[in-house]
Amino acid sequence: MLHTVNKSPFERNALDACLTRAVKGSAILLFEDAVYAATKDASTAQRVSNAAKDCKMYVLGPDLLARGFTVGQVLDGITVVGYDGFVDLVAEHGTVNAWL
Amino acid sequence: MPGIDEPDSESGVIKKFMFVNRKAPYGTIYALEVLEMVLISAAFEQDVHLAFVDDGVYQIKKGQDTKSIEMKSFLPTYRALEGYDVEKLYVEKESLDERGLTADDLVVPVEVIDRSAMAELINSMDVVLSG
Repeated sequence: MLHTVNKSPFERNALDACLTRAVKGSAILLFEDAVYAATKDASTAQRVSNAAKDCKMYVLGPDLLARGFTVGQVLDGITVVGYDGFVDLVAEHGTVNAWL
Repeated sequence: MPGIDEPDSESGVIKKFMFVNRKAPYGTIYALEVLEMVLISAAFEQDVHLAFVDDGVYQIKKGQDTKSIEMKSFLPTYRALEGYDVEKLYVEKESLDERGLTADDLVVPVEVIDRSAMAELINSMDVVLSG
C-alpha cells in the first residue's frame, strides 16, 4: 500500500496518524506541505527517520524545491522522486491511502 | 476632495496593524491572501507590522524555486515590501528553532524575538489579522 501525506507535521497530525498505522514494508510519500517532515534539521527528524527503517519513504522533489529546500537537506533513508516517480509509486502499489 | 490615491489622508487616522502569518506557503492560499492585505494596508499608509510564527516562518525561507510546481514564488513580493515602507518584520525564535532554521535562512531582514516578546508585541496592536 502507498500512503500519502500532504500536510505540515507542525500544523496537523496527519503525519503521525500515518506513521503509527502504516504497516511494515509500506511505502509513504510526503508531498506538498508534508515535505517539511523530510528535512534533516526539523524537530520531526527522529520520528521520520525511525519510520524510514520500517517503511520505504519518498518525498516529492518539486514541492521540496518550491519551499526552499535542497535534495541535500533531505533525511537519509528518504528517496526524492519527481512527478513521474509519484505515478510509478501509485501504479506499483495499487491501493493509495491519502492521509488528509 | 480626496483622490483615489489618498483614501485615508483626509482623516489622518493611522492604526497599528499586525498581520500574523502562521501558514506555510503554497499548500494553502493563506500566505498569498495576507500579502494582499499587507499591500493594501501599506497603500492606506497604515503602520504595518508582520509577524511570522509557527509554519509562517517557512514563507520567507530562502531559495524557493517554484518553477516545477508552476506557482508564483512569494519571495520577490517579500523583497519588495521595503519599497512600500513595510519594514517591521518579526519572527518568533521558537518557531525557527523547531524547524531547524535561523535568521540566515530568511530572505528579508527581520527581528527575531522570543514567544513572550511576540505575545506582548501582538497585544500592543490596534488591529490584528491572522492567516
